[in-house]
Amino acid sequence: MPDVMIEAHGLTKSYGRPSARVRVLDGIGLRVARAGVFALLGPNGAGKTTTVRILATLTTADAGTARVAGYDVVADRRRVRRAISLTGQFAAVDETLTGEENLRMMARLTGHSRARSRQRAEELLERFGLTDAARRLVRTYSGGMRRRLDLAAGLVGSPEPGVFFLDEPTTGLDPRSRRELWQVVRDLAGRGATVLLTTQYLEEADQLADRIAVLNKGRIAAEGTPEQLKSRVPGHRLDLVLTTREAYLRLAARAVHHSPGSLTLGLPTDGTAAQTRALLDEIDPQRTDVDRFSLHSATLDDVFLTLTAENAEPADTAEAPARV
Amino acid sequence: MSDTTASAPGFLTRATVMTGRSLRISRRNVDAVITSMMLPVMLMLIFVYFFGGAIDTGSAYDSYVMYVVPGVLLLCAGFGSATTAVAVSEDMKGGIIDRFRSLDIGGTPVLAGHVAASVVRNLVSTTLVFGVALLIGFRPAATPGGWLAVTGVLLAYITALSWISAAMGLLARTPEAAGGFTFFMSFLPYPSSAFVPVDSMPGWLHGFADHQPITPAIESIRGLLLDQPVGNTPWIALAWAAGILAVAVAASGVLFRLRTR
Ligand SMILES: Nc1ncnc2c1ncn2[C@@H]1O[C@H](COP(=O)(O)OP(=O)(O)OP(=O)(O)O)[C@@H](O)[C@H]1O
Ligand SMILES: [Mg+2]
Repeated sequence: MPDVMIEAHGLTKSYGRPSARVRVLDGIGLRVARAGVFALLGPNGAGKTTTVRILATLTTADAGTARVAGYDVVADRRRVRRAISLTGQFAAVDETLTGEENLRMMARLTGHSRARSRQRAEELLERFGLTDAARRLVRTYSGGMRRRLDLAAGLVGSPEPGVFFLDEPTTGLDPRSRRELWQVVRDLAGRGATVLLTTQYLEEADQLADRIAVLNKGRIAAEGTPEQLKSRVPGHRLDLVLTTREAYLRLAARAVHHSPGSLTLGLPTDGTAAQTRALLDEIDPQRTDVDRFSLHSATLDDVFLTLTAENAEPADTAEAPARV
Repeated sequence: MSDTTASAPGFLTRATVMTGRSLRISRRNVDAVITSMMLPVMLMLIFVYFFGGAIDTGSAYDSYVMYVVPGVLLLCAGFGSATTAVAVSEDMKGGIIDRFRSLDIGGTPVLAGHVAASVVRNLVSTTLVFGVALLIGFRPAATPGGWLAVTGVLLAYITALSWISAAMGLLARTPEAAGGFTFFMSFLPYPSSAFVPVDSMPGWLHGFADHQPITPAIESIRGLLLDQPVGNTPWIALAWAAGILAVAVAASGVLFRLRTR
């Protein structure tokens, strides 16, 4: 097995009629090493699902190349499919079958004998804590149970350790189910699997991933270990209540937090008195625009918002606030 | 860990597993199955008891029920096949088709599974219609060879209509639309000799009614069941069914590729 399990260069993809083409991916490059968890973090519409679908051979890129488990996703589609397991964003299990029937069907479809399929289903139900619900229709499962079954179904046939694509595996789950799922992902990685997961939650990426790529508007805005990413944004946020709408609009572009109703903007800062004072002087030399201010420690959400800021230039987003 | 790997299953295994899946699902969607079975039976009763007295089918038939059963059988095939479109469309809408594709299952086995399940469902409902027809006075006089030919023609039409229906499931963007697309299949039997002799229709309809694909099926099933001479009509019916099936299979292959690009 190669050391780099997922490798992509310059992936682009557009959707829509020729007259109204929308570029959904704009030169994505990725390198994911064997074993471990890689998180693709991004807001709605960033292109996470599209990236996963290209890597999982379900759609083709307009330009660029990708290799998964050492095979080209276009030329060697068959081999790639045999090396991967996909759990898509939307549940891919049959609601009117039981959990056990779903798993047995998937096992049969991956070429296991009837007897082996039954055994394999039993193993996975056990491993995902679904043994008690095995004979119930999936329709009656909770969201968390369904997601676990979905993951189990993805594991049925593919040889472990392989490459796992999990598209927003915890979206819509309550905190407890989310934690359970995190454990499942850690177990997978612990067994030597390479996991690429997508998520909208920085906390999740932080908890699970060895490396994170922040995807925004079809580009990689930043990439690195969770620590590296966190160090690239300032640790504090200065919240300003402004006096006029003009001042609000003038400064909105620099803010990482917006609340137009109360004319409040949050600007990144390192939290030192010197920098805070300088920042206030710089943005409000006449001392008329800022009514009140407060200082907060930056949350993970601020980091994410900074990296995916609406008007930010891709790639060097993280440095921009530091120059303030 | 090598025991978890397995070689890719052949087409037959994949299609069989998919058929089992579709059958299980339809067994649990009892309402839908019962509706598609009850409709033809109700229509048969309505035609026989409400309209039958007013329809003149000529002296060759003792009673209207002797005339109308083949039409109801075809109607039944239309209704029964229509559910295939909805089932295929549901698959395409959900994430399951992505998973099947990532397992290299391919579109044809998935569709073949839906069609095979549809054929099984239709055999059940056809039997039911036959049973009710016998109860209300239908007395077939077919020879053993005739029965075989009737079964053959019905099976061929059910398969062809189901596969057309599957193709429509791929064409429709939503399951609701898919249900609507198949509507016309349930109506194709009306402008034919299914319920009233073509001679009684307005002249401009004769051309269509005499040459549309349902007519040879109805004519041959009626003739075979009543042991009347049918000439080469069964062969024409089979040729139509084969043609429709070929077009449906080809079209669904193309549609599947377009939908999963
Ligand atoms: N088949 C398609 N046809 C047209 N547009 C599409 C198609 N698939 C995706 N898009 C568009 O591509 C963009 C990116 O979609 P994608 O599903 O990859 O985003 P995402 O990051 O997964 O978002 P989310 O968090 O909402 O799942 C969106 O604007 C979406 O509307
Ligand atoms: Mg998505």
